[in-house]
Amino acid sequence: MGVNSLVKFPSEEWIKEFCKLLNENKEYEEAAKDWEGDFLFIVTPDEGLDKEYVFYVDLWHGKCREARLLKSRDEKKTEFIYEGPYSNWKKLIKGELDPIKSLLTRKFKLKGSMMKVMRATKAAKELVATASKVPTEFI
Amino acid sequence: MDMWFFTSPRTIVFGEGALEHLKELEGKKVFIVTDKVLRELGIVDKVVEQLKETGMEIRIFDEVEPEPSKQTVEKGAKVLSEFEPDWIIGLGGGSCMDAAKAMWVLYERPDLTIDDINPFEKLNLRKKARLINIPTTSGTGADVTWAVVITDTERKVKLELASREVVADISILDPALIIDLPPKLTADTGMDALVHAIEAYTVQWKNDFSDALALRAIQLIFKYLPRAFKNGKNDPEAREKMHNAATMSGLAFGNSQIGIVHAMGHSFGAVFKIPHGRSVAIFLPYVMEYNLSEVANLYAEIAEAVGITDGSDEEKARKLIKVIRNLMKEIEEPLSIRDMGISREEFEAKLDELVEKANESTGTIVNPRVPSGEDYRKLFLYAYEGKSVDF
Repeated sequence: MGVNSLVKFPSEEWIKEFCKLLNENKEYEEAAKDWEGDFLFIVTPDEGLDKEYVFYVDLWHGKCREARLLKSRDEKKTEFIYEGPYSNWKKLIKGELDPIKSLLTRKFKLKGSMMKVMRATKAAKELVATASKVPTEFI
Repeated sequence: MDMWFFTSPRTIVFGEGALEHLKELEGKKVFIVTDKVLRELGIVDKVVEQLKETGMEIRIFDEVEPEPSKQTVEKGAKVLSEFEPDWIIGLGGGSCMDAAKAMWVLYERPDLTIDDINPFEKLNLRKKARLINIPTTSGTGADVTWAVVITDTERKVKLELASREVVADISILDPALIIDLPPKLTADTGMDALVHAIEAYTVQWKNDFSDALALRAIQLIFKYLPRAFKNGKNDPEAREKMHNAATMSGLAFGNSQIGIVHAMGHSFGAVFKIPHGRSVAIFLPYVMEYNLSEVANLYAEIAEAVGITDGSDEEKARKLIKVIRNLMKEIEEPLSIRDMGISREEFEAKLDELVEKANESTGTIVNPRVPSGEDYRKLFLYAYEGKSVDF
């Protein structure tokens, strides 16, 4: 990727770039050093997005082991599912939505052990901070 | 800002004679969650006396310990299920009220476990009973918050549970119940209330509603805490104002958040078995120094509210921190962890655990300056030594 090139969200390139930047984030590595658990990040259509996009992200002890775009939400069973409309994903990536607050206000839905997530709020914050660092172009 | 909520009890009854509101309750059975000390002090009798006029059957569970455990909550919930009340009263400090909230959830929803008390779970309470909180200390704010702090004794960690649904239906603030509060408890709980208000005013989730309550509570605490500590029962005005301030602080932080003073305090309290108010208060000046680079302007606003008007924002903020240290001295609060009689060897042996537990707290991510693990380590060490924060 060139210095000035933007990556379209949502896309396979975007989630790969996110995974790469996450693996360079020392704060995330420290905050998530005990984390074991994979996610589906689901972007549901609105505001010009005409279909659902599903990312698979495998997070393991402070590292992103794998990240890719799936064909559908049924393709992979994961421990957690984080889901919200495209418009809210845009706000989240731009840093306009707090990741935990947006769950409390139901802007996003999370399926999986809430207790486990609530003990890892710092890691969650770093995940979003990393997403904000991906040079993103929205549809 | 993002959408948010302001949640509070439907009714807050306050002032002299507030307890008499209990006479108005309608129902068949009422269950009181409290502790043995309050029973021995006759506080429970004062509540029972009012409830007798309702004709309701009364049962008392007085087994709540300081920093209540999961086991106590589960035991109380079992008794509740057998008794089947339509009112539950949490009577006491934060421990009793938090235990009452958790027992209430398990009574209403026997299909859930204590870990299910989280903001994402729909609890659908109030099908069987409603909750009244009656605080007997002036500090926790637990009478009006949606937080539930229960200790997992196996993991040696305080579970920071929360659900807006567990906010009580009624909170009763009767100054007669706290008039004889011992000076040490007055100081510890009063500082807890001050920390709540200052953190509520400075965390990332602060909002217009919490700001208003926090600022007024801070003014009341600065004015009345030294008097309540010094004069005790001879100063009923100070007692009443501190009681109101504690609940206002509760409404403030309950609708914004707590920051890393609480993250560190919860961790320290759990590891060293130190009562909540004291374990939290110790970190306030250090964290304020640490946060200065981010929120000197907000500390300056607080300073102005308590009459510190000269200087730049940073100067006002630093004066405020000095005033807080003086207040702590005046009410005989320890200013360093070393002052609490903990040896350096013992402290350092548990430092990793302290840092790890603080890092897990939600207070970490909403603090105005989000600390790294290394920052936490240094903050704990500075608080141990009593050294001003310079990083």
